[in-house]
Amino acid sequence: MKIGYYPGCSLLGSSREFDESVRALAQALGLELVEVPDWSCCGASSAHVLDHRLALALPARILAQAEAAGLTEILAPCAACYNRLATARDTLEKDPALARDIEAVIGQPVTGNVRIVNVLEVLDRFRDVIPGRIAKPFAHKVACYYGCLLVRPAKVLKFDRPEDPRSMDRLMAAAGAEPREWNFKTECCGAAFSVTRTDLVAKMSGKIVADAVRHGAEAIIVACPMCQSNLDMRRPEINARLGAEHTIPVLFITQALGLAMGIDATKLGLQRHMVPAVMTPAAV
Amino acid sequence: MSRIGVFTCHCGENIGATVDCAKVAERTRNVPGVVHSVDYKYMCSDPGQSMIKEAIKEHGLTGVVVAACSPRMHEPTFRNAVEEAGLNPYLCEMANLREHCSWVHEKNDATTDKAADLIRVMVEKVKHNTPLHPIRVPVTKRALVLGGGIAGIQAALDIANAGHKVVLVEKSPSIGGHMSQLSETFPTLDCSQCILTPRMVEAARHPNITLMTYAELEKLEGFIGNFKATIRRKARQVDEKLCTGCGLCITKCPNKKIPDEFNEGLGKRSAIYVPFPQAVPNKPVIDKTNCTFYKSGKCKVCEKMCPTGAIRFDQQDELVTLDVGAIVLATGFKVMRTDKFPEYGYGKYADVIDGLQFERLASASGPTLGVMKRPSDGKEPETVVFVACSGSRDRAKGVPYCSKICCMYTAKHAMLYKHKMHHGKAYVFYMDIRSGGKDYDEFVRRAIEEDDVKYIRGRVSRIYEEDGQLIVKGADTLMGGEPVEIKADMVVLATAVQAQDGSEELAQKLHVSYDPYHFFAESHPKLKPVETNTAGIYLAGACQAPRDIPETVAQASGAAAKVAALFSRDELTREPVVAVVNRLPAPTFSYCVGCFLCQSACPYQAIEAEEIRGRDGTLIKTLAKVNAGLCQGCGTCVSTCRTKAIDIQGFSNEQIFAELMTL
Ligand SMILES: Cc1cc2nc3c(=O)[nH]c(=O)nc-3n(C[C@H](O)[C@H](O)[C@H](O)COP(=O)(O)OP(=O)(O)OC[C@H]3O[C@@H](n4cnc5c(N)ncnc54)[C@H](O)[C@@H]3O)c2cc1C
Ligand code: SF4
Ligand code: SF4
Ligand code: SF4
Ligand code: SF4
Repeated sequence: MKIGYYPGCSLLGSSREFDESVRALAQALGLELVEVPDWSCCGASSAHVLDHRLALALPARILAQAEAAGLTEILAPCAACYNRLATARDTLEKDPALARDIEAVIGQPVTGNVRIVNVLEVLDRFRDVIPGRIAKPFAHKVACYYGCLLVRPAKVLKFDRPEDPRSMDRLMAAAGAEPREWNFKTECCGAAFSVTRTDLVAKMSGKIVADAVRHGAEAIIVACPMCQSNLDMRRPEINARLGAEHTIPVLFITQALGLAMGIDATKLGLQRHMVPAVMTPAAV
Repeated sequence: MSRIGVFTCHCGENIGATVDCAKVAERTRNVPGVVHSVDYKYMCSDPGQSMIKEAIKEHGLTGVVVAACSPRMHEPTFRNAVEEAGLNPYLCEMANLREHCSWVHEKNDATTDKAADLIRVMVEKVKHNTPLHPIRVPVTKRALVLGGGIAGIQAALDIANAGHKVVLVEKSPSIGGHMSQLSETFPTLDCSQCILTPRMVEAARHPNITLMTYAELEKLEGFIGNFKATIRRKARQVDEKLCTGCGLCITKCPNKKIPDEFNEGLGKRSAIYVPFPQAVPNKPVIDKTNCTFYKSGKCKVCEKMCPTGAIRFDQQDELVTLDVGAIVLATGFKVMRTDKFPEYGYGKYADVIDGLQFERLASASGPTLGVMKRPSDGKEPETVVFVACSGSRDRAKGVPYCSKICCMYTAKHAMLYKHKMHHGKAYVFYMDIRSGGKDYDEFVRRAIEEDDVKYIRGRVSRIYEEDGQLIVKGADTLMGGEPVEIKADMVVLATAVQAQDGSEELAQKLHVSYDPYHFFAESHPKLKPVETNTAGIYLAGACQAPRDIPETVAQASGAAAKVAALFSRDELTREPVVAVVNRLPAPTFSYCVGCFLCQSACPYQAIEAEEIRGRDGTLIKTLAKVNAGLCQGCGTCVSTCRTKAIDIQGFSNEQIFAELMTL
């Protein structure tokens, strides 16, 4: 099976382990990732607050590149990329005049004949295969954290339930984990304000970490580089704010599944986390 | 030879400003068969009608074409005028120059040409018109009321007091509907049961009312004045005639842990039960899905206990057919449940409840005997948050409309809470306060000003549990969108009012239309609010739209008045636009060859078989025959008949071909 692949900038930089674990898992599952040729920035968190046309033109170029390469589906692991690409595609589809305008801006045709999918959607296609491939069950209580970008706006993304998503919980259960019911599955972590308003991010992410711990989770599982880095990298600020010593690790779903499927921890980039991702075997 | 008069109307400017009416009248004079053609500003006015009447007499007209607006508007007007002049009314037809021409085209010659063509077509039709006579049908003076909430009870009582028989069919074991569950009612705070139960008892005792509880409509056939309804009386497993309502069976039933529907799951009941103490009739039913005997074959404690031997484990559902002349639909509503709100915990928090559950908590006859205790642990809630517009006015929930009653009952709930717990804190999150109605706004002001209920204008984005309390997160939009977090002990969602389950199927059974949200549709939003599109079927209460009690009762009385007016006549007349199978002299009798293709095609089961027998009784031929009472004149049969034996009166093949051929 072949699928287009758009890593985006965070998967090359701060969240390299997400890229590594997506690739490792894809290989294990026999999924060939074809990188979108000469891909560029999707605009992520900044473009759409500055300029509407720019916010569409950036992802449109990526769509055009993928179409030109004959790809029909792009896997965008980063939730922000996924959200921007899917939103742009939807906006252009609904407004042909705008689509023509954007085509002129990027100097390339965009037909919209390419679907954008996230990691959870792709993994879900292997739901019948994964249980048979579990070598070391991920026998831990986990809090599946989806964040806000993966499921909203529901009308555009049409993926899972916007208020109470379940797909990650199902995958983690298949990997032998015990997903906990908790409160903040889709709460905002503060996202890109991590740099400009660290205090705010520490407050928002802190609530998420505390609630996961309160509900007995031993690991937080995520599918978004921004969520991961805010909950992980900002842990000192979080702990200082909460006056706590939370050591709960934050793993990408691809890392957690990879571990359960017996893939080597370094191949999954587990050593790159700030909060050590040592999953001591626990009784479930 | 036809002598046809054509009367072209300007409809003020509606037609006159676009179509050159004088020219049209002029040209029409040359159409063969037309002996008189004039135009006039308002044909429907008295002078206009007089022009038609006089022309009929003066020119000895055999047919009339009025070229004006839609026949839906004024066909009866002109046909009456024609009849007054001594001509059969069905010899008058209308050409629609307004909706079909002037309103949809520009002013130019082509438009005037089209108007002249439309008239020519109608003239050809009228040449083939034959005198017709309205069909007379008798009226069965008995009404069927479906639904025994306050709407159904009120409609039944009003019809019964007008001297007519009524059968009141209620799905659940008792009449009373939602009103029987309410604690106190806005805007007066009088006890709901106290004002409702006298009506329930009156309905049960009324000599003109037959009560059928635990029953539902199975099938409906027929038409206004002549419906045939089949009612399924579900087996109570209790002989209603023998049962005295002593309640011994209920006390002794060992199976007492079943969530109680009347208390909205906040209390428990036994497998044999009466929904509430004032139930009418006060006769129990056995809930077969939960009864130990039906599950395991053992128990029958109730049978042993019953002093009158009324328990019937072998009782079966019974089908009853009733002839009725009119039907009042009063099947009420349901509320959206808390499990439809993932953002508020999708029903997993016991202390996030809906409005009906709050009514039961506040009711002296409820599971807590009216003491404020929250469901999870029975603790008295010190802080309660009420969330208005939960699900209503929310496209994402599929409910774009306002549920209308919740602003008022939320104010009532907050007030009732404060009256019971003076030191408690009550917050209301709202979008707008919609309190139009007599004494309604004053009621809300009282909650805010006298009972110190804190109103916060904003939506609640999330509710979650933390350390045994509910955290309610929202925004105060009057404080610049300031985020608000309230730690509450209990949250009451004023959930959306929705159409009753099964409304769609019921509407289809009755051939009445419904809106996109499955509320039954009125015939006209302003002028026919209690009629449906099906003659003889009327609407009352919340089955049509969200309604409070005063509106429900008013509408129920309105529906009852319509029924009484219908029953004031012995016969009804119907338009004779129905199918007929042609008849010829022996030995052919008819072109009909008895294939009965038409019978299978007819959507109204209006085609019957008729046997032609010789003098000695031998069967000569079987023909199709149309029951004029059932036929709706849809024409389906005409298009299926292979021998052209069946035709619609007033719209015959001959007439329609004549119209087409002139074009
Ligand atoms: C929480 C809450 C608080 C309220 N408080 C107030 C208040 O204080 N003041 C006020 O004026 N209004 C109040 N209301 C509104 C009031 O409840 C309604 O106006 C009223 O109940 C409408 O009456 P109804 O007969 O049309 O419908 P319902 O009360 O719903 O009765 C319909 C009946 O039809 C039966 N039925 C349903 N389907 C069928 C079927 N297919 N065949 C036969 N029977 C069927 C049902 O079992 C039921 O008995 C409140 C409503 C709610 C939800
Ligand atoms: S037979 Fe059923 S209804 Fe009767 S007492 Fe036993 S459990 Fe109750
Ligand atoms: S014990 Fe018999 S008579 Fe008494 S309520 Fe029960 S069924 Fe009716
Ligand atoms: S009545 Fe009030 S609470 Fe109910 S939907 Fe309308 S505005 Fe909202
Ligand atoms: S016209 Fe329609 S309703 Fe009447 S008999 Fe024919 S098919 Fe039936």
